[in-house]
Parts: sequence; C-alpha cells; structure tokens
Amino acid sequence: MKTLTIDNLHVSIEEKEILRGISLQVKQGEVHALMGPNGSGKSTLASTLMGHPRYEVTEGTMQLGDVRLNKLGPDKRAKEGIFLSFQYPSEISGVSLQNFLRTAYNNLKREKGKPVPVLEFRKILEEKMKLLGMNPLLAKRSVNEGFSGGEKKRSEILQLAIIEPTIAILDETDSGLDVDALKAVAQGINALRGPEIGIVLITHYSRILKYITPDHVHILVGGKIVRSGGAELAHQIEETGYEGI
Amino acid sequence: MSTNVKQPEIKDIASQQSGADPINYSFMSEPGISKKVVEQISHYKNEPAWMLDQRLRALDIFFAKKQPTWGADLSDIDYSSIYYYLRPTDKVQNKWEDLPESIRKTYDRIGIPQAERKFLAGVMAQYESEAVYHSLKKQLEDLGVVFLDMDSGLRKHPDMVKQYFGTVIPAGDNKLAALNSAVWSGGSFVYIPAGVRVEIPLQAYFRINAERAGQFERTLIVAEEGSYVHYIEGCTAPIYTTNSLHSAVVEIIVKKGARVRYTTVQNWSKNVYNLVTKRTFVHEEGMMEWVDGNFGSKVTMKYPSVFLLGKGAKGDILSLAFAGEGQHQDAGGKAFHGAPYTSSKIVSKSISKLSGHTSYRGMVTIPHGMKGCKSTVICDALLLDEHSRSDTYPTMDIRESDTQIQHEATVGKIGEEQLFYLMSRGLSQAEAMSMVVSGFIEPIAKEIPLEYAVEMNRLIEMEMEGSVG
Repeated sequence: MKTLTIDNLHVSIEEKEILRGISLQVKQGEVHALMGPNGSGKSTLASTLMGHPRYEVTEGTMQLGDVRLNKLGPDKRAKEGIFLSFQYPSEISGVSLQNFLRTAYNNLKREKGKPVPVLEFRKILEEKMKLLGMNPLLAKRSVNEGFSGGEKKRSEILQLAIIEPTIAILDETDSGLDVDALKAVAQGINALRGPEIGIVLITHYSRILKYITPDHVHILVGGKIVRSGGAELAHQIEETGYEGI
Repeated sequence: MSTNVKQPEIKDIASQQSGADPINYSFMSEPGISKKVVEQISHYKNEPAWMLDQRLRALDIFFAKKQPTWGADLSDIDYSSIYYYLRPTDKVQNKWEDLPESIRKTYDRIGIPQAERKFLAGVMAQYESEAVYHSLKKQLEDLGVVFLDMDSGLRKHPDMVKQYFGTVIPAGDNKLAALNSAVWSGGSFVYIPAGVRVEIPLQAYFRINAERAGQFERTLIVAEEGSYVHYIEGCTAPIYTTNSLHSAVVEIIVKKGARVRYTTVQNWSKNVYNLVTKRTFVHEEGMMEWVDGNFGSKVTMKYPSVFLLGKGAKGDILSLAFAGEGQHQDAGGKAFHGAPYTSSKIVSKSISKLSGHTSYRGMVTIPHGMKGCKSTVICDALLLDEHSRSDTYPTMDIRESDTQIQHEATVGKIGEEQLFYLMSRGLSQAEAMSMVVSGFIEPIAKEIPLEYAVEMNRLIEMEMEGSVG
C-alpha cells in the first residue's frame, strides 16, 4: 500500500507564489475531492505533482511511497505511478490514439526492450474501451485532434484505465461536459475505482460528486487547504458556495 | 578521340575485380575536370560517338555557366578537388576503421546488415543482390520491361536512349545538369512498354548496387501509354563518401494515360553537396508522383518538377526535408501547366533542429489560355528549437483566370505543453519529440514503402536523442 504524501508544498510560477503550504496524504484505494474557486491553485497543484517544468517548488516535498518526487521529470513520475488526467490535453497530429497508448503502455507497464505484442495490446484496448462505453473508432484518430470536449475527457480516462497508476490526479475532468457526457465519464471513473488506485478529483463544482462519492473532501482557497472533511463538505459547498467556508 | 584502343568490355563488377585491366587509367583517379577526363570516361565505357559529343558540349556549357547563387550557399564547392569518375574497383576507398563513429552507430541503430554496411561505407565494391531479384528480372523481361543501369542501357538499347536522353533536362538547363551530362556514370534506364503495369516497386529488392549508386548518376524512365511503374531510389542508411559532390539528373517521360511514381530517400553523409535536377514530362491524362525525402548531406538543392503537357495531366510532389546541425535543405517542387485542365499538388514538410536550416522553394506556372487548371501548394515547417530556421519561397505565376489555386503554409514549434503531455505518459523527452515529428511527417511517411518508413522513423528517433543531449 503506497501513499502520496504532500508536505508543506510551496509553488511559484514566474516568481509569483500560487501554493502556500499544502499538506495532503492520499492512500491507494481512497478518493479525495479537491474543491476550490477559480484561481485557488487547483490546477497548479495538479501540474506540479506531475512535474510541469514551469512550476517551481520553493519549499516542501512530494513523495510517493519512499520515493521523493521533487526532482523527477514527468516521465519518471509516471513510471513511479503518478497519472494526470489533463484539463486541456494537447493534440498530437498524425499520431493515432492507439499508437500513443501502446507507446505509453510499453513505457509504463513493460520492461524495457520487451514491448507488448501489437495484437495483445489491441485486445487490452478493446476491452477497456468497451468498459468505458467508447466507440472503438476513436482509437484510430489522431490524439485529441478534432475530439469533442467529451471525447477528450473520455480519452483521458481511457489512458487512466490502460496505465493503471497508483495515484491518479483528475484535473477538472467534469468541466465543459454536458449531463450525459458527465455521467459517462463518472461511470468510467467509478468502474476504475478500487483498492489499487488513489484518486485526487479536482473540481470547481460539486455536480460530479453526485455520481462519485469521495472518501475525503478538501477545500482549497488562496493556495491553502482551508478545510477538510467527508463527503458532506461537498454538499455544504453546494448550498453555501465557497463564501460560506 | 582515338577509337583504336581495344577496350575491355565491362561485363560486370566481378570481372573488374579480377584485376585484368590492360589500360592505365590511373590519371582518372586524379581530381579535377577537363576535356581529357570526359573523353576518357566515354572511352573507358566504350560509348558511341554521339554520347561523347553530347558530353563534350555539356562540358562547354558547364564551364560557361556561372555557379547558381539564388538558392543555398554553394560558394565552397571546389570543382577542381572532386573525382569525376571512379571505376567500380576504385570505389573501395575507405577502411572500415576510418569510418566516423557516427556513421557506424547509425548502421547499428537502423539495423543495416553487415554486408550492406560495408558497401554503403565504401569499403566493399559490390553488394550481392538477393536471389529473388533474378526471378523478378525474368518476369520483367518477359513483359518487355527494360531495367538496366544506365551504362548497360546505352550499350543494349542505344537507339532508345538516344531518342530520349537529355530531352527532358538538356545540358543547358543549369550548371549542375551540364556537369552531370558531361561526366555522368551509373543511374538507371527504365522502359515500360504500353499497357504494362509493374506491380512490384523497382529497386526495392536490390537497393544496393554499385553501378547504380554514384556521384553523378543519370536516370531515364520512359513509361509508354497506359503503363505504370513505381521506382525507388536511395536508402535511409547514411551513405558515406569522402567525395563531396553528388549531382544527379533524373528524366522521366510519362506518356498518355501512364502513371509513374518515383520515391527517393536520401541520407548522404554530412559533407556532401547534393544538387539534383529531376523533371518529368507528363502527357495527356498521365500522372506523375514524386515522393522525395531528404535527411543527409551538407546542402541539398532539389525541386522535383512536373511539366504537364497534355490535357488532364496530373502531377503530385511530396517533399520531406530534415535539417540537423549545420545542414541546409533547400527543397520543394515545380509545376508547369503547359496544357488546359491539368492539375498539380505540392506538399512540403520540413523539420529543422539546432542550427539546421530548411527552405521551401516552389514554383507554379499557369500561362494564359490554360483553362481549368488546378494547383494546390501546402508547405508546413516544424522547428524543434529556437536556433533552427525555416524559409518559404513560394512563387506563383498565374496568367489565366479560369483556374483554382490554393496555397497554405504553416510554421510550428514543438510546444512545452505537448512535450509535458507526452512525458506524463512515460515518454522521455527524446521519445516525445520523435513522436511529434513522426506525426508531423505522417502524411508523407505513409506514401513511402513500409521498410523505408520504419527505417526513417528510427533515423528520426536517433536525431531526437542527439538534440536532447
């Protein structure tokens, strides 16, 4: 059982401090919802955990199990078991989603020099797409190119399903989705929930929490966690807004 | 010149290697160009008098013409230090131990077989073609297809060669075409009879052959009415040579309703000036497709052209260029619409890294009266870092209003967000970059035969590893 431990994390971008001392523990098997208004630092935390080069950690540590993450690049963190579902995933023209996923799978799930046979991977992909109720044709299209908002988010969840990380950070996975797409994405996340994976669900609104019940809820305001609690905290936010905290 | 000297018939390279050579051609291993060198090349090859005349006329044009200054910087070429003819035995110029480390590494990475490496590196004169070639050759002969190296083509089919040689690209076309016309050696002669479709790409089964590869090769392809052929030239493995000029001429004639595709993948070592003239005459309802990939060389100047000379003729040019440190790839395409209802499409993709410099240079000409013509030009450049450079010189000379012209150009950089996204999925920075580059060139890579495309991808991966450091 591994734990993601964030201890007194301070992060700046271009000398401006965004996160001012975040401490948080996420265990495998837990679902944490991290809520907060615009500009509170939610996405900064997500990008920093994944190792975005533009975010500078000025103080504090991030650790998964015994491994300190601070100095590792994004690819090394991915290998340690961190996954980020992007709010705005990049388009990669001319590279099919299935080839991209196979490369990711080989890098993260296979020993070096022992790639998964193409047919075997196709089976894994088909199975996961079926589990998430996705159209298999999507895998043949260029990564995120011309994808609708819903398709992008589902493609992120598909990647999560295939990579099976230890800790998954879902950055505003619910944003920009209509009710049906939201339900579908939430069902996907619920299907992947289990004792092997710890989830940090970052969201502005509580509506996705109608479909996914978190074990813990944290409220982030001004770069600090101002309150933590159980699922009931999300309902309170729904009624009173962040002003009421 | 004297013709009373008895020449050994050049049968094949093996007989050359036996060492039975009564004539002293040793001065030909001296660098520099002169009338005497040209005469001796022709004499050594036992050519008909008309070919020698053509060579000598071309030599005069070469001397008279100024070095082109409108494109890449060619001011460092020293014509007096270049070897203009190497007998096959002389092609064993290098010792394996003397090869640059980078070249040896690349052979390892691309997975080139040992025997092929030695040929490519110039430490072995001949690479044994696979046995499969011999049965292929028989099949082609039965169809009346001629597929010979140019020297043999001239010996066996002098009338055909005389009829077409230099008609598409005359010696006077440009200084380098004149040089090639004077000192050419090797290249291919291909003749496809009317209605014959050659379903197997020519050259794919024996891409390595001493007589076809050379510094000044000359290729002529004649596709009779309704015929089809796909010709492939070059390879992705670096060709190492200490001789620093490669100047080829490729002439293609596509007759009524015929279709020719010509694929090149070039990876000369990074000391070579690669200055090539390629042109096709396309007649009524004919179709020409150039697929041209440029990786190696110090400087490349190459603009495959289509002259659309009959109603309904079509020409496609796909050009791909990769310029790494110190390289300048000046590539593109030309389409001349010499008949109504003709159409052309030029797609150019270029990638530059470090101090690499790519240029797209293109020209589309539609004279007055050529109604109903269509032309599309798309040129996309990808810059891998802030030191790389890309220029675009698209010229359009359209004198007819009843035409459809389309031009798109983009310049992109690999973005930080793109790399972060890919790396978050476990790809190293180099892997992430090569994935973006592979995607960028995919529209052209998919037109290249699979084994070449696979090698090309490995080549790009290597280049990316180098650029990350």
